[in-house]
Amino acid sequence: MTVPLAYYLVLGAALFAIGMTGVLVRRNALVVFMAIELMLNSVNLTFVAFARTLGTLDGQLAVVFTIVVAGVEVVVGLALIVEIFRARRSVNLDEVHLLRG
Amino acid sequence: MELVLFLPAAALALAGALGVVTARRPVHSALALLAVLVALAFLYLLLWAPFVAVLQVIVYAGAIVVLFLFVIMLLHMQPGEPPREDLRLQRPAAVALGALFLAGLGAVVSGGRSAAPAARLPTAAPPAAGFGSPEAVGEALFTRFLLPVELAALLLLIGMVGAVVLAKGALAVRVPSPAARPAESTEEEPNARAPEAVAAP
Repeated sequence: MTVPLAYYLVLGAALFAIGMTGVLVRRNALVVFMAIELMLNSVNLTFVAFARTLGTLDGQLAVVFTIVVAGVEVVVGLALIVEIFRARRSVNLDEVHLLRG
Repeated sequence: MELVLFLPAAALALAGALGVVTARRPVHSALALLAVLVALAFLYLLLWAPFVAVLQVIVYAGAIVVLFLFVIMLLHMQPGEPPREDLRLQRPAAVALGALFLAGLGAVVSGGRSAAPAARLPTAAPPAAGFGSPEAVGEALFTRFLLPVELAALLLLIGMVGAVVLAKGALAVRVPSPAARPAESTEEEPNARAPEAVAAP
């Protein structure tokens, strides 16, 4: 393995930090969701890198379940965003801060 | 040798991630996210995980990004100026926090001042034949991880039903309202409907 594990870990950490900053910075709900996807992907990269380094498949199996959870989260979250947009004509998270219908 | 393949993909992933966060329009964010996902799929291939790479392309790039694009199209967010996101104090604070987080993670990975735990990480031997192949992953999923697989299937079912219920609930509310509403103002509607609601049961 000519690429050290640390390179993958640094890349994963950078992606996670960028995704976290995106969640904090952006107020568009769709972009916030994409930033969450970014964080999930950085964790996936870390899992796969460790699976490769340790020579076991467990990291790759964890990635499969992460992808399943990410898919469900995106489907339900986007349905909620569409509903909120129908009710309020906005997907700006600062305008949907009231937790009531 | 592998570094020649790793560095462009890593650079593409980082540039795409920055594009996701900084793009003004959600469509550009979605396309940048697509670049990140493809670059990561390439890295998975480099890490001997072909099944995960294929899953990444099919599920993430093929389904999730398309779902994002569909919702962006559905919400008509393209024309005109994007709405302003006014965050005066939070934005620099969030960027500083992200940089601090990145510095902390980098310090942990690179080992801080000395001793370099990164050097003590195990170096990988060439994996066995078929490592990460669909056969190997599927066999592990359906033997050791059978219960989590079933739970994941249940979770997918719940998510699908939830999305359908959310969309269907909106239809059930929206469809009768134009037909049932006479030419009255909306303020009088609760009063007009109240006797029916009492008489119905």
